Amino acid sequence: MIHLTIDDKPIEVAENRTLLEACREHGIHIPTLCYHPALEPYGGCRLCVVELSQPGRRSRLVASCVYPCEEGVVVKTNSETVIRSRRMTAELILAGSYHTPEMLALGEELGVKEVRFKLPEDNACVLCGLCVRACKEIVGVSAISVIQRGIAKKVATPFQVTSSRCIGCGTCVLICPTGAFKFESVTGFQYVSPLESAYRLGYYRLGGELDLRPHFVQDVAELLISMKEEE
Amino acid sequence: MNRLQTIAEFNVWQSALAGRWDETAPCLRVCDGTGCRALGSQKVLASLREEIQKAKLETPIEVIGTGCPGFCECGPLLTVYPQRISYQKIKLSDVPEIVQQTLVKGAIIERLLYTDPQTGQHIHLEPDLPFYRKQKRLVLDFNGRIDGTRIEDYAALGGYRALAKVLGSMTPEQIIAEVKISGLRGRGGAGFPTGLKWEICSKNTKKVGDGYIVCNADEGDPGAFMDRSVMEGNPHSVIEGMIIGAYAMGIHQGFVYIRSEYPLAVENLRIALRQAEAAGLLGRDIMGSGFDFNLAIRLGAGAFVCGEETALMASIEGRIGEPHPRPPFPAESGLWGKPTNINNVETWANVPYIINQGGQEYAKIGTEKSKGTKIFSVVGKINNTGLVEVPMGITLREVIFDVGGGIPGRKQFKAVQLGGPSGGCIPAEHLDVPIDYESLTGLGAIMGSGGMVVTDEDTCMVDFARYFMTFTQQESCGKCVPCRLGTKAMLTTLERICAGGGQPGDVEYLLELGDDVKNSSLCGLGQTAPNPVLSTIRYFRHEYEAHIIDKKCQAKVCKGLIHYSIIPEKCTGCLVCLRNCTSNAISGAKREVHVINPQICTRCGVCMNVCKFDAVVVN
Amino acid sequence: MDISISEINDIINKEVLGEGSLIAALEEIQERYRYLPPEALILASERLGVPLSQAYSVATFYNAFSLRPKGTHCLHVCTGTACHVRGSLQVLDRLESKLGVRAGETTRDHLFTLETVNCLGACALGPIVVTDGEYSGQMTTQKVDHLLKTILRAEADR
Repeated sequence: MIHLTIDDKPIEVAENRTLLEACREHGIHIPTLCYHPALEPYGGCRLCVVELSQPGRRSRLVASCVYPCEEGVVVKTNSETVIRSRRMTAELILAGSYHTPEMLALGEELGVKEVRFKLPEDNACVLCGLCVRACKEIVGVSAISVIQRGIAKKVATPFQVTSSRCIGCGTCVLICPTGAFKFESVTGFQYVSPLESAYRLGYYRLGGELDLRPHFVQDVAELLISMKEEE
Repeated sequence: MNRLQTIAEFNVWQSALAGRWDETAPCLRVCDGTGCRALGSQKVLASLREEIQKAKLETPIEVIGTGCPGFCECGPLLTVYPQRISYQKIKLSDVPEIVQQTLVKGAIIERLLYTDPQTGQHIHLEPDLPFYRKQKRLVLDFNGRIDGTRIEDYAALGGYRALAKVLGSMTPEQIIAEVKISGLRGRGGAGFPTGLKWEICSKNTKKVGDGYIVCNADEGDPGAFMDRSVMEGNPHSVIEGMIIGAYAMGIHQGFVYIRSEYPLAVENLRIALRQAEAAGLLGRDIMGSGFDFNLAIRLGAGAFVCGEETALMASIEGRIGEPHPRPPFPAESGLWGKPTNINNVETWANVPYIINQGGQEYAKIGTEKSKGTKIFSVVGKINNTGLVEVPMGITLREVIFDVGGGIPGRKQFKAVQLGGPSGGCIPAEHLDVPIDYESLTGLGAIMGSGGMVVTDEDTCMVDFARYFMTFTQQESCGKCVPCRLGTKAMLTTLERICAGGGQPGDVEYLLELGDDVKNSSLCGLGQTAPNPVLSTIRYFRHEYEAHIIDKKCQAKVCKGLIHYSIIPEKCTGCLVCLRNCTSNAISGAKREVHVINPQICTRCGVCMNVCKFDAVVVN
Repeated sequence: MDISISEINDIINKEVLGEGSLIAALEEIQERYRYLPPEALILASERLGVPLSQAYSVATFYNAFSLRPKGTHCLHVCTGTACHVRGSLQVLDRLESKLGVRAGETTRDHLFTLETVNCLGACALGPIVVTDGEYSGQMTTQKVDHLLKTILRAEADR
């Protein structure tokens, strides 16, 4: 068992727990966005930060979803530094998603008064990475990934066309906290947007040494259409 | 050469080479590092060899292309041995004269010598150059003396003797103890005690049974090229250091992660690895000790963030360079989940010296908490641009004015930026600070990897901060919110200020954002990205306020706050500026006064450059 | 440029170490073809056992890779700190206006690709422009004009 102090309370937890899990076990509220109990912790949104003090070191902010419980540490989940950090993080998230209801609610909860900086485009996707991680860790298909880097980062399929790996399970839609993924049914099979499905890039060379056309999606479509015709 | 099967065989080979090495023999040493290559050193080398051939001298004179000795401002560099006459800024056309006058007749060509700007005197000999006087060259010692792609050269000067000593007479515990005594701290910037790092990794490797070591050669700081010069000029020193470290930590596989933007360093490292393997100094059963160690190269692919340890490991594993939070630290769980020890190039290159001379000897150099030497790349508004290796504890003033030769053009020193995009600037009032880890952090700067950028009165500090922010913003991996969006918010604000749109409250907003991004970011990139902004505000707040409130850029740099105009009295109507203006912003006919249209003018400054009559001014 | 699938296969097969060698394989293909054809990503992903989405992520994350063919001549302007302080922005501006493209773009006639690069480590020579691997130091706007003229003349002679 590990012994630590959270918000001046002595806490005892089992081994191999993160600070977030310890807090949740003891009813201490910590906001999260990119955390999901079924996925490996990511540490990307930084909303779950808490102030950590180790003996002999200056206190610092750490992401509680990944930081392990260590013997003798002192944790503050709602100090001035923590509150300021979470508020700024929420304000920055809103900078890119200023009309998304879930994010506006988050901003209100964390005390955002004014969004002082706005990106030119408003995007429901907040790059929490849940969809990508779920597709990899739970579904095991890795049909989508985050591409590019920095401010240009976004979620997309390879070459930004309909993925041949996507099995249409809808996990990404369900796990997305802001509803950036939409479910639509077209000609008997489902595709997920905001990926540009209508654009078929010629990334195969017919008549070349290998035929690399995405067989899966086409075959399924033809199969479903033929099934419909049989009915 | 034949594979050395035992330590005894190595000793015989090494002693023979040392015996034959003669720096009193006539020889020409020419710097052939990337910097001098860009100035034509390869052609100079070829021409020298040709001319010497033609001259049919009595005693044969070898021409050696060496690694970068550091005096980049005066390249291409040539040193005539045995006297060590130092010729600078060699042109191809100088070569025949050098051969005829100096080699054949023994005469010195005055115009090719270095002129001391203080005394006006010509300096004949390399050791007398003021540039080298205050340096203490432990790591860069061999640069300028050996051909880094010849293992025989390295061994002749004592290379791989530390390895032989370690394999023959030291236990892993003893090696780690020696490194701890030396006080060596990570030279990549963080300054973590190296001996302690090795000890932790060693314990974990014993538990797990396996591990990796990595050399971080992803030198991404713009303006820093220390590691590059070590890799080009003396790659064997890094290899030797890594083998010793691997032996100390019980590890059998290592990687050198090196930027692909350093083709010569990569090439020379490849050659060195092949040579070390062929000699039996790397690979299976090194020197017959039973110890196996393999070293492979992994190229970077153009991402500054991959200098961060966890992103670097992700890159080696074939993934995108997104860092992950620590703990777990690489020493516990690194590459493919195994304990991994990552050290910077310069750190590894210090190891052979520590083993050869002993940790205590090393600890005699430097200050109480910062031992040894540090290589800095001194660049910017400085007379002697180049690489310098100085003992810790030397003051900034000494480095900039004594070694660096001061500011060109009699301009006033303004500030020196240490640590690149992660670091802070230090103004004139703190020039006497000793260079050591703690003193620099106290002033809001960091030691960093060694980049030292000097600015003068013509540098706008707001633009300078904006420059660094642009860089970190481009290099942000984008995983965490504070860095991805916070740096963008800071950059947008800085751009607005530089364009003339600054508003009251901007400085406070930058401070608030900067603080937050520092505290909340996931990795070192985000945690240090605001430093240039915060430190320029700390020491040069008046410049920010002038930009915002007075809409003035004192240094006349920020395009949105300056305008170019032509003095009618001085203009001769020669049409030169008009023709060179790519925006067609200048109007006027021949022999008539020309006029710049401020609405169209892009402030590129070409007109001022081309005007022979000083008629163009900027306000 | 004609893409040879078998050549790409050979490059990938050399990397036998598994996932860790994705970047090394892509770098070699990038050097050979001056960009990454989609076939390269698909083959690399299959042979190295890496999801295609990961290969695509890697190709778009790192500066060294480009998914579109580059121009015949690559001009790299160093925007390192030392060069910046010595006026590299003016040099970049001049190139951008003369070529009619921004940094990172290729001219319509596919003759030039203009890019910025972070510190080549030859700071004493700043500002630097590297043309097809050849370094030109102490660049000024006049030297830029001269450089472009020289390249265009060589092209015309061909």
